[in-house]
Amino acid sequence: MKLLELRGLVASVDEKQILNGIDLTVNAGEVHAIMGPNGSGKSTLSNVLAGRDGYSVTQGEIELMGAPVNGMSVEERALTGLFLGFQHPIEIPGVTNMEFLKVAIDSHRISIGEEEMNTRDFMVQVRDISKRLELSTEFLKRFVNVGFSGGEKKRNEILQLMLLRPRLAFLDETDSGLDVDALQVVAKGINEFRSDDNGVVLVTHYQRLLNYVNVDFVHIMVNGAIVKSGDAQLAHEVEAQGYAGLGEA
Amino acid sequence: MSEQSPSAAHDFIGKEYAAGFVTDIEQETIPPGLDEAVITEISKRKNEPAWLLDWRLQAYRRWLDMPEPTWARVEYEPIDYQAISYFAAPTGDKPKSLDEVDPELLRTYEKLGIPLHEQELLAGVERDPDAPRVAVDAVFDSVSVATTFQEELREHGVIFCSFSEAVENHPDLVQMYLGSVVPQSDNFFAALNSAVFSDGSFVYIPKGVRCPMELSTYFRINAQNTGQFERTLIVADEGSYVSYLEGCTAPMRDENQLHAAVVELVALEDASIKYSTVQNWYPGDEEGKGGIYNFVTKRGVCRGARSHISWTQVETGSAITWKYPSVILRGDNSVGEFYSVAITNNHQQADTGSKMTHIGRNTSSTIISKGISAGGSSNAYRGRVRMNPGAKQARNFTQCDSLLIGGKCAAHTFPTIESQRSDAIVEHEATTSKVSEDQLFLCRQRGIDAEKAVAMIVNGFCKEVLRELPMEFAVEASKLLEVSLEGAVG
Repeated sequence: MKLLELRGLVASVDEKQILNGIDLTVNAGEVHAIMGPNGSGKSTLSNVLAGRDGYSVTQGEIELMGAPVNGMSVEERALTGLFLGFQHPIEIPGVTNMEFLKVAIDSHRISIGEEEMNTRDFMVQVRDISKRLELSTEFLKRFVNVGFSGGEKKRNEILQLMLLRPRLAFLDETDSGLDVDALQVVAKGINEFRSDDNGVVLVTHYQRLLNYVNVDFVHIMVNGAIVKSGDAQLAHEVEAQGYAGLGEA
Repeated sequence: MSEQSPSAAHDFIGKEYAAGFVTDIEQETIPPGLDEAVITEISKRKNEPAWLLDWRLQAYRRWLDMPEPTWARVEYEPIDYQAISYFAAPTGDKPKSLDEVDPELLRTYEKLGIPLHEQELLAGVERDPDAPRVAVDAVFDSVSVATTFQEELREHGVIFCSFSEAVENHPDLVQMYLGSVVPQSDNFFAALNSAVFSDGSFVYIPKGVRCPMELSTYFRINAQNTGQFERTLIVADEGSYVSYLEGCTAPMRDENQLHAAVVELVALEDASIKYSTVQNWYPGDEEGKGGIYNFVTKRGVCRGARSHISWTQVETGSAITWKYPSVILRGDNSVGEFYSVAITNNHQQADTGSKMTHIGRNTSSTIISKGISAGGSSNAYRGRVRMNPGAKQARNFTQCDSLLIGGKCAAHTFPTIESQRSDAIVEHEATTSKVSEDQLFLCRQRGIDAEKAVAMIVNGFCKEVLRELPMEFAVEASKLLEVSLEGAVG
């Protein structure tokens, strides 16, 4: 099943064109990596997919779960199964991580006609995931991302991913700013999440996350376009030659 | 009447001001206008003793010489005090029991989620049988229409009744304390209230008694062109404790209506009064038309040593809010607290805060104020902490936080500290923050719709204050915050 299909996607931010025609298909069971230098449009792509205000599609099409996203709000896209892992997760003072996660999971459940999650089941599930991500339960009582270290913020993103179980995870530079230990924990979370039913897109600057997560496809993005696609081997070429060697080809 | 109550609070979460309906009931009113004859007529209709009429007239004469205050950061067209009716009451005598209350009135309170039935409580939360009970005094326009649980309270020596009944049955207590905290000429609106007040609640907790249930008054303005001027007096005798709740709503009307109440609290030695308000007067429409002018004087005095007065308010309604619940800390080691959430949306204006006056030794006070502004509204915190010469080692902690939603609203902070003690400890912290687009994007990307996200963020922002409320009110308050912010995010 196609989880995501981009056909000739051209998009702008504040009337400045950033994405210059992207074609990409992600099927269930696949893990893709999009690699590219800073300013290549990777983050713009995630924001455009998520439907963020200020990002507009000027040409081409986006289909999520087989249906065009035209007119869908940010939350509708999220509820249809798109999850965005943030490069810089924002802080929400006063709202505990626990409350935030509960409201998020309940929003998903209500959208498919289910009841809100029983608090006990929720706690059991959240504690279990936290443990796997080596996060203490104290962490759940803290305000969302407030005072979290870089590693904690990223692990918190993976916690949300594992709890919400989206169809398509689009993880924007989830590996940036992590030390090796944190990187391994994050990779473990991604590996536990991936299945034949869902898809993952890792947006990354470096190849190092790919040492821990096996990817099926690698795409090189330069100047708002995918200039080369291949298998995991391509990532190693980038590592060896740099983007310049591939880019303007 | 029970079938609706559990869900009634959910009615608050309508797309608009859900309490905005009008009750069609036969009323007797005194025609608009204010002079000594009108005051005499109010007093006469209430069968008041001569001293009270004299007291009213004295207040009226003082009021005539007082200018309307202009220092608050609120704007409104001049009020024509001669165009207001100062008395409106459902016709007939006050019913002697709940069975005699006009069914139309019972339906009104039912619709508002206020049970005038002794088995029930404020709606909105599932009950377990051990949960605390709430006695209600229901004030409809100018008069109290019912007070529940009076008999059971009487067994504990607690007096909880309408102000009019207190004047009739406990004149000594009323005469001793009326105006003892807020004098007649305290301010323009308090003087007006002293002249024309019609009803309200009276509470007396005898020595050493811990009031066995929450007491509450529910104020409802219904009549048109009518002002509401209620008067509440709570006296906690030595070593007693009471928790008192106050709620209020009004129909949606195009013209502004005046509400000028006075609340006086007296805590004697070792007594403790906890006073909570959820204010949901009609705020006016999106264009700023209509709404209640809420000009209220609330003050408590910690008269005895180790006494404690705590104000908690959640202000969501009214076109204009002008109120500064205050504590005079006279007794040594007495404690005053003020916890406030004031939320303004559309064209609402709020100028609110607290005054803490430290007179006794080792007195301490805490002010936690959370202002939330959305739409084109304006929200000001105004506070004054004063340490008098005798207030040895007095302490105050003040925290004022403002949260802005959108780019057209405003928040202001006007704190004043007057200390005549070098050993006083006065701390003041203030923050201003915004609900950012990034925060909303994160929430929405996790499937949480924008309004729910704002409500969640606002609730988080107010948490320190909301947790001071009794549970029934905390639930209602959280929901009201959500309703107040309808349409605050595009």
